[in-house]
Amino acid sequence: MSNSSLLSITNLKAGVEGRTILKGVNLEIQAGEVHAIMGPNGSGKSTLASVIAGREGYEILGGGIRFKDQDILDLEPDERAHLGLFLAFQYPVEIPGVNTTYFLKSAINENRKARGQEELDAVAFLKFIKEKARLLDLPEDFLKRSLNVGFSGGEKKRNEIFQMAALEPTVAVLDETDSGLDIDALKVVANGVNQLRSPERAQLVITHYQRLLDYIVPDVVHVLYNGQIIKSGPKELALELEAKGYDWVIEEAGQAAAVTSQS
Amino acid sequence: MSSATETIEGFVKSDYKYGFITDIEAESAPPGLNEDTIRFISAKKKEPAFMLEWRLKAYHHWLTMKVPTWPKVAYPPVDFQDIVYYSAPKKAGDGPKSLDEVDPKLLETYEKLGIPLHERAKLAGVAVDAVFDSVSVGTTYKETLAEKGIIFCSMSEAIAEHPELVKRYLGSVVPHTDNFYAALNSAVFSDGSFVYIPKGVRCPMELSTYFRINAAKSGQFERTLIIAEEDSYVSYLEGCTAPMRDENQLHAAVVELVVMDRGEIKYSTVQNWYPGDEDGKGGIYNFVTKRGLCKGQESKISWTQVETGSAVTWKYPSCILQGDRSVGEFYSVALTNNRQQADTGTKMVHMGKDTRSTIVSKGISAGRGQNSYRGLVQVRKSASRARNFSQCDSLLIGDQCGAHTFPYIEVRNTSSSIEHEATTSKIGEDQIFYCNQRGISTQDAVNMIVNGFCKEVFRELPMEFAMEAQKLLGVSLEGSVG
Repeated sequence: MSNSSLLSITNLKAGVEGRTILKGVNLEIQAGEVHAIMGPNGSGKSTLASVIAGREGYEILGGGIRFKDQDILDLEPDERAHLGLFLAFQYPVEIPGVNTTYFLKSAINENRKARGQEELDAVAFLKFIKEKARLLDLPEDFLKRSLNVGFSGGEKKRNEIFQMAALEPTVAVLDETDSGLDIDALKVVANGVNQLRSPERAQLVITHYQRLLDYIVPDVVHVLYNGQIIKSGPKELALELEAKGYDWVIEEAGQAAAVTSQS
Repeated sequence: MSSATETIEGFVKSDYKYGFITDIEAESAPPGLNEDTIRFISAKKKEPAFMLEWRLKAYHHWLTMKVPTWPKVAYPPVDFQDIVYYSAPKKAGDGPKSLDEVDPKLLETYEKLGIPLHERAKLAGVAVDAVFDSVSVGTTYKETLAEKGIIFCSMSEAIAEHPELVKRYLGSVVPHTDNFYAALNSAVFSDGSFVYIPKGVRCPMELSTYFRINAAKSGQFERTLIIAEEDSYVSYLEGCTAPMRDENQLHAAVVELVVMDRGEIKYSTVQNWYPGDEDGKGGIYNFVTKRGLCKGQESKISWTQVETGSAVTWKYPSCILQGDRSVGEFYSVALTNNRQQADTGTKMVHMGKDTRSTIVSKGISAGRGQNSYRGLVQVRKSASRARNFSQCDSLLIGDQCGAHTFPYIEVRNTSSSIEHEATTSKIGEDQIFYCNQRGISTQDAVNMIVNGFCKEVFRELPMEFAMEAQKLLGVSLEGSVG
């Protein structure tokens, strides 16, 4: 593992209620990179995102996850967040009576506290958050509304990206953030990710469709199938998948496996 | 990875911060209730004859009544002969003439509770009447208020110095025949606060009474009466705490409000009586009758309550909307944790034309807590174009608690409109995980979700108390995280 590795997943096996879903995932993400994970339904994409973030209910059956060279499997979800890990949810929750500004202020200050930084006061925070909203072209009333309550699907996803921009994570995992979005919302999501790109950070974009990758150009594309990464390649792989589907990759992987077992 | 479910369900009450006992010599009546007890109380307070008669009448009526069994709460029967009906710190028997004469131990007690009484440290902008067991031990800012013609004193003092007002209004909203506990209170009440706001006066500060039960086995039976004359306004707040004791203690108060034309009373309660321990041992039985009469046209009464304490709560602050265009409001947050039980709500009785009422009730149940909303909206024939809006929301934390809603609606008028909305939700693992993922701890996430749920009620509280209430909810839900 090189020194600039931010997220390193080795032979990760995980499941739910006795059913194994991830069957040995290997993934290495370096600082400055954007990786995309594609794959047919049921291949384990969302499980991978959940396990990285530490969601309860998943059983770890083997392997490891290191974040900035630290084993994070024993850490609570909030501790992982404090290290700089962010997950953009596929289905963001609603919290009535808690406005987005207050929620984000709590989140940012909790993270700052955990990192030994001084908490932002109300004035400094408001200035910071309005600047972020402007960058993402969000209307200001967004900040005053109860978190995700009464938001359209697109608005919820924009809110995820907004929170990501405000929390400035070292590694952001986007779990099918593009699903159900029209082209304008898709551009907002892509814009958010692209603004976050820097030599010190990395992003993992999980998606079902190639079209998001027109706007977020990945360094590496992986195909997740049946709980394993069966192919990795440059950005052109996404276009090939879009044109030809997944069958040829699955077949190729099957032949390779057969060859391995024969030898 | 520890599971958030366990954490949510594992919430246990943190140490009750006000559970200390003040070691002070007290003068008490022997336990038990009979005519002599009442004569003793009345004599102790040097009351005029009319008060003794009033009390005895209530006592005789009480003897004919039965403990109400309709609330959805379960507790062992109360032995009314085992209660001490009068307990007063010695020296303070007649009530001190000025705060300088108050026993330093009492001042210390209130200071520990965050309510400094003496002149130098008293709370800015809030006048306080401090009631300790059966008597009022001191009232701040009395002189400042008197300059505006406002009377703010203990009930004992009001009976002695303003008998004509007491005679006219005491029992006029809650008669002694009203219910079992109101009858009991009428017979044995020992003190409480009295407020009179004259015509056209806007009370320049918050008025507040702080109730403290200290003596063992004693019950607290206070009586509060607030009268707001035409075009007057007052905001009043009560707070309550008690020591941690293993046996249950009874608190049966009566509060009466009367508002004339265009007058307004805003009455807020932050109730934090000792709730008992995790297994339901000890705690206060809080059986209270609160009712306001909107007597004048365009008068207004607004009740706001945050109920986090007590083992059993039985309480329905109500409004009789008699004057045309009068307005009644009820905003409530009731939290039950561990084995706490609450049956609380309101009654809105529309009599005058174009009367309006609003009910917003937020019930939070955690642990094995049981929380019921019980409310009556009654529109009489005379109440043309009356309007009511009710909203009852319940929030469940864990899966061993319960939330119940009992709305009663009686409408005898075709021009009126009634709206009722109710929701029940559960703090979900999804919500907790979402907050966790953003870096917010499970404890803070629960507090945030609960406070968001209560927002509509908290914004009705006076500013400084809204902060207090938020903190109180946090403390009441605090537990072993992880």
